[in-house]
Amino acid sequence: MSRRRVSAGLLRAAVCLGAALAAPLAAGQTPDGQRRSGYDDMSKSVQAMQDDDMANPGMLWVRDGEGLWNRRVGSADKACADCHAGIGSISGVAARYPAFEATLGRPIALEQRINLCRTNHQRTEPLGPESRELLALSAYVAQQSRGQPIAPPADPRLQPFIEGGEALYARRQGQLNLSCAQCHDDNSGRKLGSATIPQGHPSAYPIYRLEWQSLGSLKRRLRNCLIGMRAEPYDYGAQEYVDLELFLMSRARGMKLESPGVRP
Amino acid sequence: MSHALISVPKAVKRGQVFEIKTLISHRMETGFRADAKGQLVPRDIIQRFTCTYNGVEVFNLKLSPAIAANPFISFFTVATESGTIALRWTGDNGFAVEETVSIKVE
Repeated sequence: MSRRRVSAGLLRAAVCLGAALAAPLAAGQTPDGQRRSGYDDMSKSVQAMQDDDMANPGMLWVRDGEGLWNRRVGSADKACADCHAGIGSISGVAARYPAFEATLGRPIALEQRINLCRTNHQRTEPLGPESRELLALSAYVAQQSRGQPIAPPADPRLQPFIEGGEALYARRQGQLNLSCAQCHDDNSGRKLGSATIPQGHPSAYPIYRLEWQSLGSLKRRLRNCLIGMRAEPYDYGAQEYVDLELFLMSRARGMKLESPGVRP
Repeated sequence: MSHALISVPKAVKRGQVFEIKTLISHRMETGFRADAKGQLVPRDIIQRFTCTYNGVEVFNLKLSPAIAANPFISFFTVATESGTIALRWTGDNGFAVEETVSIKVE
């Protein structure tokens, strides 16, 4: 009748990591044919929750996002819908972000694009990181790309940032001296405490995580991982998150977007 | 912004058992957690959910602090007459949401 509170935290689970890493490591990344979304490793009940739009709590944010999309704000008195002709016009957009923003000379994530639209076109305040409104708008936009393959743009200007993200992904950090790759490439499919380690594909963001009891962005997920590694998380506005997202999206190229996903 | 998502079949046959599914946005703060300063966060939960079908109560549920945020409630009832189904959530801090949906019985 209702969802159970999930209490096991990554922090606690990370303590068991020593045991998981003792086995020999398979080097390198997962071949394309063996890539698995986190969805494939979830229990049937959580999969059912994601599959049914009536049971997927992420849809509460999607519906709020629809309201925000059509609401006029700012001194320009414009709604998102006033510039973007029909919500269908943003189908596939979430599948190709982060994208290069020429005025800034660097790639930006979907949430940053939403905030740039707010400041430049709607002439209003940007939304705060992880705020309900920003999550709602990004969930609504991402849902329009549901079922579409992840398709990072073939933009040569992105290449140095993808490489930067890859270097971050492979770099050991924190007091546990771990890299992303050690869990998500070398030990994916095995256990971290009671949880199955996913391959770390960003294919369902923003996700409703039962542990959070809320919708959250990929950035929040990355911060969780960093804290679990006993590393200092980067500030919310840090470019590191965008670079990591860019690398993860290129690594997940071709996988289907599930947004808004549900995760345990 | 409206709070609830509701799923009721548009039309059902008389005597048929059908499912009503609801999902509502609520933080369901337990009252047992402390904030960053060590102060207890006051309880803020939905206490009661009721469903009436043409004015007759067909389902009610008492919710407890152990129930997670954004409660999903699903239940079954029997189609009697065409009419309206009213769903009502009430809780702490004057929380009250009422939604009605119409149903056609053939």
